[in-house]
Amino acid sequence: MSAGPSATSGPIAPAIEGIKLSKAFGGVQALAGASFSASRGEVHALVGENGAGKSTLIKILGGRLRPDAGQVRLAGANVQIASPDAAHGHGVWTVFQELTLLPWMTVAENLLIRREPRGTLRLIDRARMAEQADAVLAGLGIHHIDPRALVEDLSLAQRQIVEIVRVIVQDPDVLLLDEPTSSLGENEVKWLFGLIRDLRRGNKCIIFTSHRWNEITDVADRITIFRNGGELGTFAEIDETRAVTLMTGQQVDAFYPERPPLEAARPLLQVRGLTGPGVSELSLTLRAGEILGVGGLAGHGHRELFFSLFGAAPISGGEILVNGRRVRISSPRDAIGLGIALVPEDRKTEGLILPMSVGTNLTLAILPQLSALGIISRNREGRAARNMVSKLKIRTPGLRNPVQQLSGGNQQKVLLARWLLADSHILLLYDVTRGVDVATKHEIYELMTSLVREGRGVLFYSSDAEELAHLSHRVLVMREGHVAAELEGPGITAEDIVSAAVREATSLVD
Amino acid sequence: MSTEAAIERRRTGRLSHFLGQNVGLVLALAMLVMAVVLYCAVYWVEQAALPGMFELTSTVNNTMSLVLCGMGQAFVVVTRGLDLSVGGVMDLANALAAVHIKDTVGSMVGWSLIILAIGAALGLVNGLLVAIGRLQPILVTLATLSIYQGLAIRVLPQPGGSIPPVYSSVLVNPNGPSALVYVLVVALIWYAFRRSSLGVAIFALGNDEQAARANGIDTVRAQVAAFTLSGLMSGAAGLFLAATATAGDATTGNGFTLSSIVAVVLGGMNLFGGRGSGIGVIAGAFVTTMIVNILFFSNIDPLYQSFYEGLFLVIAVVLGALISRLMRRRS
Repeated sequence: MSAGPSATSGPIAPAIEGIKLSKAFGGVQALAGASFSASRGEVHALVGENGAGKSTLIKILGGRLRPDAGQVRLAGANVQIASPDAAHGHGVWTVFQELTLLPWMTVAENLLIRREPRGTLRLIDRARMAEQADAVLAGLGIHHIDPRALVEDLSLAQRQIVEIVRVIVQDPDVLLLDEPTSSLGENEVKWLFGLIRDLRRGNKCIIFTSHRWNEITDVADRITIFRNGGELGTFAEIDETRAVTLMTGQQVDAFYPERPPLEAARPLLQVRGLTGPGVSELSLTLRAGEILGVGGLAGHGHRELFFSLFGAAPISGGEILVNGRRVRISSPRDAIGLGIALVPEDRKTEGLILPMSVGTNLTLAILPQLSALGIISRNREGRAARNMVSKLKIRTPGLRNPVQQLSGGNQQKVLLARWLLADSHILLLYDVTRGVDVATKHEIYELMTSLVREGRGVLFYSSDAEELAHLSHRVLVMREGHVAAELEGPGITAEDIVSAAVREATSLVD
Repeated sequence: MSTEAAIERRRTGRLSHFLGQNVGLVLALAMLVMAVVLYCAVYWVEQAALPGMFELTSTVNNTMSLVLCGMGQAFVVVTRGLDLSVGGVMDLANALAAVHIKDTVGSMVGWSLIILAIGAALGLVNGLLVAIGRLQPILVTLATLSIYQGLAIRVLPQPGGSIPPVYSSVLVNPNGPSALVYVLVVALIWYAFRRSSLGVAIFALGNDEQAARANGIDTVRAQVAAFTLSGLMSGAAGLFLAATATAGDATTGNGFTLSSIVAVVLGGMNLFGGRGSGIGVIAGAFVTTMIVNILFFSNIDPLYQSFYEGLFLVIAVVLGALISRLMRRRS
C-alpha cells in the first residue's frame, strides 16, 4: 500500500498529509495550495485569522468538501475523501465547530445515531440505548449530562461535549477538531485536553484549531500557521507576538493595548443588591472611562447579570442607577433608551439580523433619526454606516452584503457599531471575543480602550482570564450570582482571577 | 436499599423526561378525554342516556379515514414539509375502488393492494420532486393535488360505482367497533417507525437537514420515503372512505387535505418538523370527529358548523401553545 510511487521519503509516513490543496468559493480563494502534515502520536494546532483557510482544510480532510486541486494522503497513500462516510472509513473523524447535533432528539439518540442497539424485530431498544449512552459518558468522566435529555435543553458547553464524545467513541485514528474549546468553560477545556493527551498516548493523530494562544501552547506539539489560504510554516516553538505577526502580516508590538488612565470620574452605572434568577444581592459601580471586568467560572450568573442590566432577563429585587438616577429597566427598549447596550457572545441568535445587510444592521437602532415622515433617507443611512465601518475597521465587501458573510469578529464589530451610532455610553460586552481570531481580538481591545477614553463605561465579561487581567481597571469575580472578590489593577494577573473564582467553587465536569 | 432508591429516582426521572419531551402528545390525549366527556355531556342532555356501542362504532368508522391520512401527513410534517395532495390521493383511491372492486376475494384483495401501491407511487412522485427536484413541498403537492384530483374525476366522472358490502363490513363493520383493530395497527406502525432506521432518518431530517447529512444520513432517501408513506396511508384512507360511503365519489376526499393537517396540529405535532408523536395524531383525528359530534348534539345550526370548528381549533392551538410553554419552562 505504502510502496506506491506516492510514498513519502521519510521512514514512517505521516498519518495525514494535505499537499497543495486549493479550494475556492465563488470568487474567494479559501485555500491556495496549502500543504501540511501531522503524525501519529502528535497534537497539531492550526492557527490563523478567520478566513485563513483552517476550517476549509479541516473540512477537506474530513470529507465535507472536495478540493479543487491538491492531494490528501493517509499514511503515505493517496486517497480521495469524497464524503464524511469515506473519511470515517479511513479512521478520520471530525468534531465540527458548527454543531451537528439534532436538537429535538435525546443525547442518547445523538450519541448512538445509526448504531442504535436493536431488540425484538430489529426495533431500536430505547432503554438499552440510554444505558449505553450513560456508560459511554461515564467512561469518559462525564456525569452531568443526562442521556435522556433533549439536546435542546443542554447548555452550549454540554452540547460541545456531546459532539466531542460522539466522535471519540468511534475510536478515530485521526481526530480533527475545529475550534473545540470556543464554547467550553475552563473545566471542560481541562477535560478535553486530558482526553487529547490520552489519545496522543494511544498513538493517535490529533489536529485542532483554536484562537486561544494559551491552549495552543498548552497542548500542541507542533503549530502550523496559515494566512490567506496558504501555510507559512510549521513550528515546534514560537512565541505569541511572532505568531500574531505571521498570522496578520503586520508587526504587532503589544497584543494588549495600554489601559487608559482612570480619573476619579462620576459613576455611570450603579447596581445595588440586584437579585433575580441566577443573580443574588449583587452590587457594582461602573465609572465613566472605566473598563470593569467581570470574571469567574461559567454558570455563576454572569450571563444573567448582563442580560438583566439590558432588560432581557427578569429582576426581582435591587436597584439600578444610571447617571445617579434610579431607573427601571424592564425591556431592552428601556435599556437602549438609557444608553445601555449589550453585545452578547452568541451573535447568531442575539442582536444581528443575519440575512440583512451590514448597512441595515448598523443603522437599525437609529432609523427614526435617519427618517423623515417615516421614510428612511438612504443617503443619510449610508453615510452613518460608512463612518462606522471605517472607524471600527469592519472588514466587509460592502454595506449591502448580508452580515452573515462577515467573520465572527467583524459581526461583533457591527453590533458594537450599531450601539455607538445609537450613542450608548454604557457598553455591556459579554464574552465578545469568544471564537474571534487573534487579529480581530486585538482590534476589539484597541476599540474598547478608545471607547473608554471617550468617556464611556465598559462592563466586560470574558471567559478568558488573561484578557480580563490585561484590559480591566478592576475585576469583579462572581460566584453563585454575587461578587465574591474584587481585584484592583494594574497588577491583576489571570492566576489571581482564576484562584478567586475556584475558591470553594464546585467543578462542572465530574 | 440504596440501589432501590437509585432505581426509583431513575424511574421518576424517566417519567418527567417523557412528560417534558412529549407535551404535545400529552395535551392531545388530554384533549381527547375532554372531548369525550363533553360529548357524553351534550349527549346526555339531548338523549337522557350515555352514548353506547352504536355511537362508538360510528365514531370509529367515521374517523378511520382521517386517522390514516393524518398519520400519512404526520410522516411528511416530521420532515418539515406539508403534503397537500393527501385529498387528491384519497379521491383517486376512492374512485378506483368504486369502479374496480368486485365481490370476489381475489378482486377485493388484489385491487386493494393495487390501489395502495398506486397511492404509494403518487407519494413517491411528490417525494422525488421535492427531494431531487429541490422544490418546495407546498408547491409540489399543491400541483399534484390538482393532478390527482383530475385523474380521479377521469376515473369516476359521476358519483357512482359500488363497493361490495362484504368489503365495507371488513373495513368499517357497522355492527361493532371492530375498526378499532385498525387504529391499533396504525399505532403499531408508528411505534415501529419511531424505532426503525427510517424513523431515525426522517426525524433527523426534520431536526436539521445539514446536521442529519453530517451524521451520514441519506436525507434524500428519507424525504422520498416520508412522502411515499404519506401516499400509501392516503391510499388506505381512500379505501376506508369508499367503504364507509359504500359507493364512490371522486370529490369526497378533497376536504381531507386540510383536516389531515388539523389532526396533525391537534395531535401536538410541530409544523416546523422533527417533533411530535403519531399517537397524538390519532388522538387529534378523533378529537376532530368528536367536535363535529358535539356540535351536532348541541343543536348548532349546521350553517355555523364550520365557524365553530374553526373557533375550537384556534382555542385548542392557543391553549396548547400556552400550556406547553409552561410545561417546558418547568422541566
